[in-house]
Amino acid sequence: MLTFVIIYYAFLILACCVAAYYKYRTALLLLFTLLCVSLISGLLFGAEVLVNITICVALLAAAAGLSYSFRESLIQVLPPEGAKLMRTAPLTASFGLLVIIAYVIAAVFAPLIAPFGEAEVVGGSFAPPDDVMLLGGDQLGRDLFSRLIYGARNTVGIALMTTAIAFIVGTLAGLVAAQMGGWVDQVLGRIVDTLMAIPQLIFALLLLTIVGTSVLNLTLVIALLYSPLIFRLARAVAGNIVVMDYIEAARLRGESTWYLITKEVLPNITAPLAAEFGLRFCFVFLAISALSFLGLGIQPPTADWGSMVRENATLISFGEVTPLIPAAAIALLTVAVNFVVDWMLHISSGLKE
Amino acid sequence: MGGVLPLIGKRLLLGLVTLLVVSIIIFGAVELLPGDIAQQILGQSATEETVAALREELGLNRPAYVRYFEWLGSAVQGDFGTSLANQRSVAEQLGPRFANTLFLAGLAALISVPLAIGLGVLAALYRNSVFDRVANAVSLVSISSPEFFLGYILIVFFAVQNQIFPAISNVTPDMEMGERLYRTLLPAITMALVVTAYMMRMTRAAIINLLASPYIEMARLKGVPNSKVITRHALPNALAPIINVVALNLAYLITGVVLVEVVFVYPGVGQLLVDSVTKRDFPVVQACCLIFAATFILFNLIADVGAILSNPRLRHPK
Amino acid sequence: MSDQEKKSVLLEIKDLKIEGYSDEKWIEIVHGIDLTLHRGEVMGLIGESGAGKSTIGLAAMGFTRDGCRISNGTVLFDGMDLTTATRAERRALRGSRIAYVAQSAAASFNPAHKLIDQHTESALLHKVNTKSESEEDAIELYRRLRLPNPEEIGFRYPHQVSGGQLQRAMTAMAMSCRPDLIIFDEPTTALDVTTQIEVLAAVRDIVDQFNTAALYITHDLAVVAQMADRIKVLLKGDEVEEAETRKMLADPEEDYTKSLWAVRSFKREQKPPPAANETPLISVKNVSAAYGPVKVLDGVSFDIYRGQTVAVVGESGSGKSTTARCITGLLPPSEGEILYDGSPMPPRYQDRSKDQLRQAQMIYQMADTALNPKKTIGEIIGRPLQFYGGLRGADLKKRVDQLLDQIELEPSLYYHRLPSELSGGQKQRVGIARSLAAEPSFIICDEVTSALDQLVAEGILRLLDRLQKELNLAYMFITHDLATVRSIADVVVVMKEGKVVEMGPKDEMFKPPHHEYTDLLLSSVPEMDPDWLTNLLESRGVDNIGEAAHQKKA
Repeated sequence: MLTFVIIYYAFLILACCVAAYYKYRTALLLLFTLLCVSLISGLLFGAEVLVNITICVALLAAAAGLSYSFRESLIQVLPPEGAKLMRTAPLTASFGLLVIIAYVIAAVFAPLIAPFGEAEVVGGSFAPPDDVMLLGGDQLGRDLFSRLIYGARNTVGIALMTTAIAFIVGTLAGLVAAQMGGWVDQVLGRIVDTLMAIPQLIFALLLLTIVGTSVLNLTLVIALLYSPLIFRLARAVAGNIVVMDYIEAARLRGESTWYLITKEVLPNITAPLAAEFGLRFCFVFLAISALSFLGLGIQPPTADWGSMVRENATLISFGEVTPLIPAAAIALLTVAVNFVVDWMLHISSGLKE
Repeated sequence: MGGVLPLIGKRLLLGLVTLLVVSIIIFGAVELLPGDIAQQILGQSATEETVAALREELGLNRPAYVRYFEWLGSAVQGDFGTSLANQRSVAEQLGPRFANTLFLAGLAALISVPLAIGLGVLAALYRNSVFDRVANAVSLVSISSPEFFLGYILIVFFAVQNQIFPAISNVTPDMEMGERLYRTLLPAITMALVVTAYMMRMTRAAIINLLASPYIEMARLKGVPNSKVITRHALPNALAPIINVVALNLAYLITGVVLVEVVFVYPGVGQLLVDSVTKRDFPVVQACCLIFAATFILFNLIADVGAILSNPRLRHPK
Repeated sequence: MSDQEKKSVLLEIKDLKIEGYSDEKWIEIVHGIDLTLHRGEVMGLIGESGAGKSTIGLAAMGFTRDGCRISNGTVLFDGMDLTTATRAERRALRGSRIAYVAQSAAASFNPAHKLIDQHTESALLHKVNTKSESEEDAIELYRRLRLPNPEEIGFRYPHQVSGGQLQRAMTAMAMSCRPDLIIFDEPTTALDVTTQIEVLAAVRDIVDQFNTAALYITHDLAVVAQMADRIKVLLKGDEVEEAETRKMLADPEEDYTKSLWAVRSFKREQKPPPAANETPLISVKNVSAAYGPVKVLDGVSFDIYRGQTVAVVGESGSGKSTTARCITGLLPPSEGEILYDGSPMPPRYQDRSKDQLRQAQMIYQMADTALNPKKTIGEIIGRPLQFYGGLRGADLKKRVDQLLDQIELEPSLYYHRLPSELSGGQKQRVGIARSLAAEPSFIICDEVTSALDQLVAEGILRLLDRLQKELNLAYMFITHDLATVRSIADVVVVMKEGKVVEMGPKDEMFKPPHHEYTDLLLSSVPEMDPDWLTNLLESRGVDNIGEAAHQKKA
């Protein structure tokens, strides 16, 4: 251990000096911050922390390298417009894209990838990892790895469906409110204000108590509770469009409201709506996972990340990290989506100037 | 201040109306149950007579609006009825738990508000620097992670691998302040992590927006040094957006406790709510929802009133 | 200013290049500008938007906005190079020796502080004066700039003071340290003509009195002619030419500079008045209208005949655009009615028949917001044909091509383009084609030329005139620009505060005597003559312009 610590600090200090000598300001600042953090946490928690830090940094570096090579190969492969777009992508966005693609593959080909069925009992309860069960078994002896893969299908699928429903309802209502104005706008606005006056998670708990927990109920309740947020955005963005002279010209031509909404307004708000879809997907996904974690969302035996954390939480007090893997899977996907959304927002705001 | 008071009055009235409507929703939701509460409590196998007897006992034969006003009337006086699960008074169970939840949320706010505003202002001032980028990425990760993930990571690190804090935050009413603080710290940090990230990002956006205003450019063109541009020209106008950001995030904080309380087995309202939802203990669920909603509405109200008060255009009417 | 050369040089800019950051790379936006300004001299910088005027103005203070940088050249102010000076050195100059007056005073005053506190800030900061001295000075300057209640006005917050007064207060603020140089960045662009004139008078007065040098940035030639000793014309970051004001106006050298005067050369003869028994095409009868409780139109009546152009003039808030909204049915009148060819039209556009809607078309001021950015030119022009005429396929394409020919755009080139790929003038032409596609008898033109360069604007006016002759169209021209009125109107309607103040045939309206307000409005519009402001102030007196004139009447 001592040798590791010595090598660790020697390497960091050397790297700092090199960065300073060649005037790499950014690198120097980052390395020096890392040095300080290592010193403090090393003193507080002992040398093991340094190993953890090394692993974290190595993982970050690996992720950065992967994202970089992914972006560069995309630039080579894609047609010119796509390549031009990818050139503007920061590493975070390319990392996000990579992760999303991986999740999609896992979800689509789940039965092919997973060695066992999602409810199949393979070994003893809480069996330790071995060659058969890569991540060990859960409390009933089902293969954790297989359930993780199926979870991608279930959790992400349900969240996607819920977001889509919320989106269609919210956007349509928002566009109608913006275009019609007057009392329609007023009434819809009031309803939305009231729905949003109750915190979403609490409201969801209340409604789920009443209607009971099933996938359909869960989807509808969450969609109902998240559509007001989408309504507000759609209303605001469309509000900026409906005051445009070309909308006035179309109204004076005698066009129907449906034509105005679909042909004149909608094409102009697709970019912010797409970004909003990503953002809202994250919120919906987190909300569903949270409800499942509380035992009120997706019900067993369906494999789902939120409930997997809950079922195996007892292991944590024994220092096992396997229950955290599904939680990490949730976090990784939301981070990835957020990274991509951030990039999209950056592009669309940059175009305005 | 003459022009402000009617505005605030109007806003307060609106808040009250919202609260009333919300209470109707909370009460009415239970009415939507297939059958009624009596049927739900006794299950499908119960005989007609027992169900009718319970109905009589709970007063379900009277019209819904009468029961609503009774329920609201006693709720205002702090009486939320009796729990179906253990026949104890709801208020009695709720009281100490509400205090615990406020303590937890308050501690989280104490950690996160100064941290978030400080970091947010710094990120805005040094935008596009390394600091800004790192802060942006870290806060994004923090926002994206479910609270239970952050909570368990903290438990693994601080309670299991290094036994610094307890993994279970079982506070009791007779506990000393120091002990209480010690046991509440880990859940508070978990909540602070998420809220700080939100608040920081919102503060940063608000300040960047502010720094782009023509009067800030004007101040620079008058030769005002950077520090004074911030303190004299930016801050007085930043108050409104910052109050708004803080109040909105506190509203989020108070409802975000549910998950954290479950992770740390902390005896608060959130824990009670989740337990009661599983047991379908309606009076308790209603009471918890009403408390959460009222707090949420209150903070949104504070955000709006704060924005009105700190707007010079409204404070000094023509 | 014949002794100009004897005076010493105050500001000397040499080969200044400025770059802007966009699309992840630096692009040059100012390409090597030279500029020499002597003490006490006023130089006008003119050019259209995107010419780099403001960027150069700010660079003269050693300042660049976020996302811009000075990449080459020197800015010598009184011998000191601002491009290499330290931050502290530059800061010491700003506010004390070089001051800035921004375009929008309403946005540039900090809403959280009183005017006088912002006024004294520079003086205290640069230790020129004590607080009380500076406050006294502020009141004195307010008085000189003819602000109402000079003792009291400084103790108000910016939102409590009107736009024209704020702009003067900002000029006063710029004077607080008696700088050697003031940069005026379009100080009157956001103001109405009658308000503009009092700000112009104030600025010229103060510059003369204190012998301050100034860079006066504007896109309005008539304004710069009043203010500047020399004029420099800019185009897309390059200098076109520079000359003394009178020489520049009388004898411009470059084609671009000549084109700036072009609109004045187009003037159509007034048409003979309609026969006594002719039914007006559109008749506005005693129309009143309100937005909620605010009454904006009060008993407006006028007629528009076939083949004629009625110009409606007035300042912002006078109700000219609201009148158009009543005619089109967007805002149903609270009283009165709109007659089409002698018979009343339903007040709400929703209740009008397709044919009634087709007859009255509209062309908008901002071509950018008038065309859907996501539709091709072919789709935009084709939609009315499809909607009213039921044209499809090859017939539709053929008719759109005809219309594109009519507005002088080559069909094969423009049919598939998006609005963003067109210039401002071309977009305006597409807007015209879209209204022609409905085959109307009447078109409302809402400030159609005011967002365009003079030369392009003239092209649009000529096109509209030609179309009127070919198709016997009636126009209602909403405008605040009297030059446009002179060139194209048959009848002029003057509006103020929702009422028609005066109306009559154009030739009569441009000859006195007038209604008092018409007189004020007509005389307040700057003319290209450099002596215009001087003469006007002599004939009317300083107390008889702008707000002061309004108040005197009341």
